[in-house]
Amino acid sequence: MSDIALRVPFRDRPLGRSLAEYRESPGAVAAFVVTLLVLLAALFASQLSPQDPYDLSKLDLMDGTLPPMSKSLAGATYALGTDEQGRDMLSAILYGLRISLTVGVVSTVIAFALGSSLGIYAAYRGGRFDSFLMRVVDLQLSFPALLIALVLLVVLGQGMGKITLALVIVHWAYFARAARGSALAERGKEYIEAARALRLSDVRIVFRHLLPNVMPSLIVIATTMVARAISTEATLSFLGIGLPITEPSLGLLISNGFRYLLSGKYWISFYPGIALVIAIIAINIMGDRLRDVLNPRLKK
Amino acid sequence: MAVFILRRLSQSVVLVLVMSMLVFLGVFAIGDPINTLVAPDATEEERQAIVVHFGLDKPLYEQYGRFLGNALRGDLGRSFKFNEPALALIAQRVPATLELAFASLLLTVVLGIPLGLYAGFRPNARSSRLIMGVSAFGFSVPAFWLGLMMVMLFSVFLGWLPASGRGTTVAILGIPVSFLTWDGLKHMILPVINLAAFKLSLIIRLTRAGTQEVVMSDYVKYAKAKGLRNGRIVLVHVLKNTLIPITTVLGLEFGRTIAFAVVTETIFAWPGMGKLIIDSISVLDRPVIVAYLMLIVVMFIVINLVVDIIYSTLDPRMRLEDQR
Repeated sequence: MSDIALRVPFRDRPLGRSLAEYRESPGAVAAFVVTLLVLLAALFASQLSPQDPYDLSKLDLMDGTLPPMSKSLAGATYALGTDEQGRDMLSAILYGLRISLTVGVVSTVIAFALGSSLGIYAAYRGGRFDSFLMRVVDLQLSFPALLIALVLLVVLGQGMGKITLALVIVHWAYFARAARGSALAERGKEYIEAARALRLSDVRIVFRHLLPNVMPSLIVIATTMVARAISTEATLSFLGIGLPITEPSLGLLISNGFRYLLSGKYWISFYPGIALVIAIIAINIMGDRLRDVLNPRLKK
Repeated sequence: MAVFILRRLSQSVVLVLVMSMLVFLGVFAIGDPINTLVAPDATEEERQAIVVHFGLDKPLYEQYGRFLGNALRGDLGRSFKFNEPALALIAQRVPATLELAFASLLLTVVLGIPLGLYAGFRPNARSSRLIMGVSAFGFSVPAFWLGLMMVMLFSVFLGWLPASGRGTTVAILGIPVSFLTWDGLKHMILPVINLAAFKLSLIIRLTRAGTQEVVMSDYVKYAKAKGLRNGRIVLVHVLKNTLIPITTVLGLEFGRTIAFAVVTETIFAWPGMGKLIIDSISVLDRPVIVAYLMLIVVMFIVINLVVDIIYSTLDPRMRLEDQR
């Protein structure tokens, strides 16, 4: 059996077809490349940075708040200027990107796993558990995510682990609702009935038959959720209740530069803001394209 | 209908009670407010006196019981920082936030619905694509970043508009408002745009999607075939039918607006309740935090209830489902 399946050329298999369709949109391809570059920049932040921005011995207060392209006392060029402590903004942005992306991706992965397991289980199980879970989901989604995250952080305190936890609590409900919805729709279809008729175990039906068919819509949601998580974290850090000063994400850098913005020293918060927005928009464009490709209902 | 409302109301009461417990427990866990209340050089007796004065020495359930009893009488405690009733303190700030919220809602409706209709009628026009592009941008970009960019451009570099505060206010029935003076209006422009940006993008998209759907329907084709004027088709046949989801979303968005006012008010130093809560969090002013959260919870429950009622009144199909 599997031999025959393998002989189908890649471009005719579902994944290959979707990839080919994704590539038809030049904007979406560009967004993918930008996202990849942003990821690599965050991953290799310590290798790419001209300076270790948090090694205080490398910072020179004499170089404080220099505009972009200024020369340092030691002769190096600060391409994006420096903050009030003489920190190279380019390096600070690369390190900040790493923190922002880590929070966004880790919180989404956990929310994805938690939310979709609960959602699929609820759809499969039905009954009281299902109606209770959906009550909680409806209730939670009737409040704005920012407000819930704000309350949670007030209670939990600051820190990367805590903001990740808050984002998981905020975002799991989206996955739970979507997973339950598509699992319910798939459950009624013939192939699940056929699997049942073959007396396959529940675990096997869920993992081998249900999950692969529910996955595409969940991946679309996950993509947009990463962007949303990054945005929410930045907002909370900007408000001063997200991350502490020892974990400077892009939002915190922007917040720090806000004071100087009003006196015309724009670069301290402008460039971190640009980095943030580029990352968010690129991920969102990717998510939109994935939605078009993976959602058969939208196809003409 | 009456049964539906009664059932929802009783659910709401339970919800408020559960939320009050969660909020109280949660805020209690934040940490000891004593250290922010007492001067570092205070003696042990002075410290003890303040602990007793605020009832912080009592066990947790007793503090909650007292809190609940007082809350039912409209007393949500006194602010540690301002030594004023927390509810009164918030109430003073509510008009500023509401002014901002209503103005941004107005901007959303006045601008968003016509733009969405236009983009829906002429989906392939270059201007429609521009509208949709800008709305996609406003939809995905974080609100606080947009606010900062506006401050940078219009206040710092161009110097056209002020970046902070409410400007000159005029009192109406004892409530100060900004929108009646030129200076106040100038102070409102940036915060209102900032607060409206997300909603505006959302409403443009919704209106466009609704319009495109309705335009294809048989009754609009029939209206065209009958030779009705375009204006009548747009207003009566298209707008009326796209308006149902828009009303619902606008209602829910009002709550979101109050929540996001936290961000806008922080950027523009607008003295509303959003700025108050951020300031209170930073000094651990427990009663104000609790009062704000309770107020928000009640507000959201009321908004959701009202939206449900409006929805079922506007859309006959919903009423039928309810009776079944």
